[in-house]
Amino acid sequence: MKCQVCAKKTASVHLTEIINDQMTELHLCEQCAKEKGIAGLGQPFGLQDLLAGLVDFGTPISEEKKVALQCPNCKMTYEDFRKIGRLGCSQCYDTFKESLEPLLKKVHGSVQHLGKGPASDGEGLETRKALQDLYLKLQKAIQSEAFEEAAKIRDKIKKMEQGSL
Amino acid sequence: MKIDDLLKQTSGWLKGTGPHSEIVFSSRVRLARNVDKVLFPGWANKEQQEQALAIVEPAVKDIKQIQQGGLHMRMEDFSAVDKQLLVERHLVSRDHITKNEGRAVAVSGDETLAIMLNEEDHLRIQVLLPGFALNECWEQIEKIDSSLEKKLNFAFSGKWGYLTACPTNTGTGMRASVMLHLPALVLTKQINRVIQAIVKLGLTVRGLFGEGTEAAGNFFQISNQVSLGRSEDEIVDNIRRIINQVIEYEQNARQVLTTKNKSSLEDQVWRSYGILKNAHIISSSETIELLSNMRLGIDVGLLQGLTREVANELFILTQPAHLQKLEKKTLTTHQRDMKRAQLIRDKIK
Ligand SMILES: [Zn+2]
Ligand SMILES: [Zn+2]
Repeated sequence: MKCQVCAKKTASVHLTEIINDQMTELHLCEQCAKEKGIAGLGQPFGLQDLLAGLVDFGTPISEEKKVALQCPNCKMTYEDFRKIGRLGCSQCYDTFKESLEPLLKKVHGSVQHLGKGPASDGEGLETRKALQDLYLKLQKAIQSEAFEEAAKIRDKIKKMEQGSL
Repeated sequence: MKIDDLLKQTSGWLKGTGPHSEIVFSSRVRLARNVDKVLFPGWANKEQQEQALAIVEPAVKDIKQIQQGGLHMRMEDFSAVDKQLLVERHLVSRDHITKNEGRAVAVSGDETLAIMLNEEDHLRIQVLLPGFALNECWEQIEKIDSSLEKKLNFAFSGKWGYLTACPTNTGTGMRASVMLHLPALVLTKQINRVIQAIVKLGLTVRGLFGEGTEAAGNFFQISNQVSLGRSEDEIVDNIRRIINQVIEYEQNARQVLTTKNKSSLEDQVWRSYGILKNAHIISSSETIELLSNMRLGIDVGLLQGLTREVANELFILTQPAHLQKLEKKTLTTHQRDMKRAQLIRDKIK
């Protein structure tokens, strides 16, 4: 098994962490574990320390495609992002969106913002409100096992989200 | 306001007032905000960090609470001890003082509002109030955020919310936390069970003083972990509900201590008070432990004539940078231990 941070060396440090009620496994090589300060087992570490190792989690795109990714605004590469676990600028969110989607889902259990937004973002605000309603409806549909209805709502959400990102 | 003026006042959030201040030390909400397309501080070079600062600094200086009687300074203009002082007063993070370049801080006159410029994000805004007051924190910080967004083009996506350097803050960019004093739950050995329950509910628990998970002085900081997929009100409500439960547990444990274990509680409180009142050399860690007992004594009505504010203030004043600022010179560990003891004797005589 390869290290989830550098993707080069063999993983020899294996960790499990509970994030959002889900067991997450993390496999690191000795060196990356040391760099993350988690070599001394039993030491407490936070979610932020683990992040670099989680970047690759559930990413649907191929390794070659990932490696070729680079943010046109700040020049951060996918390699950089994987190593640091932090983004370089707001545009990185668009550049690395395929990796970020599962990562955000993992960390937050959700990928739809339901909070405040800039008031100047008038049109966006409308979309967000509509999306929030749809998400609530989806939840209800799933709870009442109305799966056909849920599928329809999901399609609507997909369409709206493609427009808003 | 100048940095030395901080020493002459008690931070607004240390007053020992506010709802449930017998258990809740303080409440805090912080927001992470960034300017669209401008490189995040951690990925920017010096020049780019300066550019970011040039954009956000004027907007921050314009905030009423900063403009009128507040403090605004570049980190490079502080001495080492002054920077440490800001950390001890909970106005900046430890991380913020590790680098100087391109970083700044702004603090309101009463210290309830503090803004870090170019820490991990362009702006880290915090409102810190005494007692259990998360709603008030959110109301106040929301107004500041709204005034800032009129001048700054914040990085925001309709889907993912506010875009931050670390994906753990994406969405609301909000971290709401409450600092609790839970000596009775510790004494009655129920604390681990309570912490496990809190963590299971998706919140994070940390010690307030000391490093890592060790909770010196029985102080615990509890905050939300999730920032995306919930509204700010939901995040605040969720913590509030859970903390209300914890407060109830602590109250019950105090009840047990003051009825069934009265004499040993009295002994512990009065011994601690006795040492604090009479010691001539005292370490920082012993001080925190004894002050915790003294505060419990005040809170359950055993120690009368002492205020919660004095106890709270001593937690901060007895830390190294504060002692050295008060003495106006660098002190060795031994000198600090003497100065600390003297300060405590003066304050609680
Ligand atoms: Zn590695
Ligand atoms: Zn970028």
